[in-house]
Amino acid sequence: MRYLKTTVCAVALMLCSTSAFARDLVMNANTSDPAQKLAMEELIADFEAAYPEIDVKFNLYDHEAFKVAMRNFLVSDAPDLITWNAGNRMKVFVDLGLLEDVSDVWQAEGLHEAMPAVVSASSVEGKQYGVPYAYYAWGFYYRKDLFEQAGITSTPTTWEEFLEVGAKLNAAGITPITIGTKDLWPTAGWFDFLNMRINGGEFHAQLMDGKVAYTDERVKRVFEKWAELVSADFFVENHPGYSFQEALPFMNQGKSAMYLLAPFIVSMFPDDVREQVEWFPFPVIDPAVGIYEDAPTDSFHIPKNATNKEDARLFLAFAAQADVQTKTAATLDMLPPNINASVKDDRFAQGGFAQLGQANGIMQFYDRDTDPALAKVGMEGFQEFMQNPDRIDAILQRIEAERERIYGAL
Amino acid sequence: MFPRPIQERSRSRQLMYKVALPISLIIWLLPMIAIVATAGRSLSDLNRGNYWGMPSEWAFIENFAKVFGSSSIGTYLLNSVIITLPSIAGALFLSTLAGAGLALYKFRGRFLILALFIAGNFVPFQILMIPVRQLTLDLGVYDTYWGVILFQIAFQTGFCTFFMRNFIAELPFELVEAARAEGVGEWQILVHIIVPLVRPALAALAVLQFTFIWNDFFWPLILIQSDELRPITLGLTVLKGQYISSFNLLAAGSLIAALPPVMMFFAMQKHFIAGLTLGASKG
Amino acid sequence: MTEIQVLSNSRRRTGSTFLRKHQLIIAPVAFITPAFAMFSLFVIYPIIQSIGLSFVEWQGIGPQTWVGLDNYRELLGDPVFWKALTNNVYWLVLFLLAPVLGLFIALFLNQNVFGIRLVKSLFFFPFVVSQIVVGLVFAWFYDPAFGLLATMLEPLGVKFPAILSNENWATFGIILAGLWPQTAYCMILYLTGLNSVNPEVIEAARLDGAKGWRLLVNIVLPQLRAATFIAVVVTIIGALRSFDLVAIMTGGGPYNSSNVLAYYMYDNAIFRYRMGYASAIATILFLIMDLYIAWFLMRLLKNEKGSR
Repeated sequence: MRYLKTTVCAVALMLCSTSAFARDLVMNANTSDPAQKLAMEELIADFEAAYPEIDVKFNLYDHEAFKVAMRNFLVSDAPDLITWNAGNRMKVFVDLGLLEDVSDVWQAEGLHEAMPAVVSASSVEGKQYGVPYAYYAWGFYYRKDLFEQAGITSTPTTWEEFLEVGAKLNAAGITPITIGTKDLWPTAGWFDFLNMRINGGEFHAQLMDGKVAYTDERVKRVFEKWAELVSADFFVENHPGYSFQEALPFMNQGKSAMYLLAPFIVSMFPDDVREQVEWFPFPVIDPAVGIYEDAPTDSFHIPKNATNKEDARLFLAFAAQADVQTKTAATLDMLPPNINASVKDDRFAQGGFAQLGQANGIMQFYDRDTDPALAKVGMEGFQEFMQNPDRIDAILQRIEAERERIYGAL
Repeated sequence: MFPRPIQERSRSRQLMYKVALPISLIIWLLPMIAIVATAGRSLSDLNRGNYWGMPSEWAFIENFAKVFGSSSIGTYLLNSVIITLPSIAGALFLSTLAGAGLALYKFRGRFLILALFIAGNFVPFQILMIPVRQLTLDLGVYDTYWGVILFQIAFQTGFCTFFMRNFIAELPFELVEAARAEGVGEWQILVHIIVPLVRPALAALAVLQFTFIWNDFFWPLILIQSDELRPITLGLTVLKGQYISSFNLLAAGSLIAALPPVMMFFAMQKHFIAGLTLGASKG
Repeated sequence: MTEIQVLSNSRRRTGSTFLRKHQLIIAPVAFITPAFAMFSLFVIYPIIQSIGLSFVEWQGIGPQTWVGLDNYRELLGDPVFWKALTNNVYWLVLFLLAPVLGLFIALFLNQNVFGIRLVKSLFFFPFVVSQIVVGLVFAWFYDPAFGLLATMLEPLGVKFPAILSNENWATFGIILAGLWPQTAYCMILYLTGLNSVNPEVIEAARLDGAKGWRLLVNIVLPQLRAATFIAVVVTIIGALRSFDLVAIMTGGGPYNSSNVLAYYMYDNAIFRYRMGYASAIATILFLIMDLYIAWFLMRLLKNEKGSR
């Protein structure tokens, strides 16, 4: 009995001790890619060095598990900080009243001026609910050596040139484009860019907000262009069987020349292949339409139910500093949202930075801009279309039905 | 014994068996061998699509070192043990009682109760996520070992009760009758007659439960937040990235995680395979 | 002889105190209550709550809106639901190969030779290794460009078909991967069962001239009834819970052609933020299974009446 009592006391003491130190800062993150993990560890170490009295408790989740866990911890026993994405993904939780208004941090640190590109993605009705630490451009990663082998001397800037490049690659026995659609999202990059290049950014934004029908003629035009590529055998075969990562061997083995993707791909090329890889932005289709780009933004947020919001704010302010952002973005191979930070000196980061600099506007990404249920049905449709272009009418009707269920009839 | 012991067969048959055994083992374990080989590849090899060929370099040491170095795998393993053992003990204890209660006594509604125990297994358990999380919060055991342990005991009790009830119902009932005739109490009957007889079943069930609870990562994901309380399965999922997965480390990690259940099986085998013959006297 | 008779006989003979008199009533209540209480609190009560959720529209957090039977109505018109249900039937039927294969492997391994304990443990391995890795490796078996089968068949001039990216075959590719660990599971149950086979009965049958196949079917299998029973039940549970492999090998694709109810439910609950709809799927799955349980218990009841 005495033994039991001691145990109970010991357990109680342990329970108390974890909550007794008010300067614990609990952070739950979904940054489980190798580079992301490293960047977070560095950031936390630097923060702890700057604020030795604060102890950051870091709980790392893999991305899918995080989505599951998040729905639970945000409403029960919330951490003090989370990583998440700006745009609609953030707005979902803001609307539910689960994220803290951090406009005061933006004010105090002058972030409106320092991070102009990400203000709107971080805002809901004029208030800011998170602080971005990195964003990145999408574009074509291609193998210079394979282009040369196929007799291609310059990268395509127009749709016609793009079709020509593909034809030449095909003639040389190289599949122009690799893609793995098992995880669906790589298809959405194609849809976003085609739609923004054909119909412009405003139309794209409206479509994302559910204000345009998917059966609209303008949406159909997107798939007509896309079908040109499918019927000309631009894409590798059997792409639904591959994840983004499992489709990389095509490019690494020299069987395929291009991948429409984001900077996290860079670390995945073996050294000898990486030397051959260069970058170009998505070509112009209609010169009358402005340049709009996908630039997904990753950010820190404070849950409404957090206990240590004061120190969490200190962290946000710290992570927004120019020199901190320079370091974090460089480790991530991404871009720092703070304009006073410097962009990593490599061709991919600089290329993406230049392209975003001249863009008329930026979007987050299909599955970050629109309702999650609609995004899922939409991307399944894109995948089916890429395998069976002739089913397009049925596919669009199905996506439209889901849009109507969520956003209502037009 | 069935089939006829190979020792009683002709020499050529014995030889055939001795050749067939390792060959079938290799075929059976081919995917396993692939997992082991993956654990020894570099990520750059995998990104080149070299899943099956000779790797450009063997990276076993490097990969295992990374798994051990980049995550607190020791803590995770310990947490798995802390969660698994009490869960098994609890589930086996409760289900032996309940199994006996359902098998040895005839009363109205016993099939309904058994049906409920079985039915609980047929629900896709992920749907219980939100109510169970709420329950652990209300009980004050959210983000503790106890939250997971209590849930595992309760959930596994369903299957275990079904399992134990079937085994107890197969026992020769005459033994119970005889004991009752002697005036032995029901609790004594359970402890001194039933439990020794179902020990092999308990051993087999313990191995199965060990595997189930050890391998589960969903409930710790829902009910535990703190990194220092995570079991190995949950700890390893962070090797799966948002975009990039270290397949080689994942394979290495899963081999480490799989070893305790296999060792458990190896150790317990003797108990449940040899002992079961007792129950056979019923015929 | 029935239990009732036994009970009344023994009651007459036992002592006179209250506890003793009523211990045949008190004992089962005391034995069953703790387990049933735990199970009710953590499983049955949440199940009832989940069924309740199937009548609301809910993101999983935030306010709930009562929608009555709308979720069920939508479900009936949802082609993905029907596809997933069909696939679940394929899973159920084909997964029953696991007890059969498991029995044959158990028969094969039920010998007493040097090292057999280690061999048995190794045969058990697939059951314990993470399903994520199993799915990964099977996907690499099938991979039409870099996979083992494709690479082996290439020199022969045979082009290995794409399995996981084909809407008609993807499900079967996943089921095959699932059979591997499930067979190991059933094998254990049969190894356990084979040891309880009565050697005298076998010898007697052998003297009567029974051997091989006939001996197995007529004499051995009936004695393995308990093992078969459990093997079938766990296989059916496994087929319905099939989830990790679907997630890792195809994600339910291509375009939902390999989806199953458990994964579709999860997909709706987690990735589409539709808790109510997910609960409706779970409820339907649960109802289907209840029919099965009812049938199953009736058989159990009948068998036991016959045997005692």
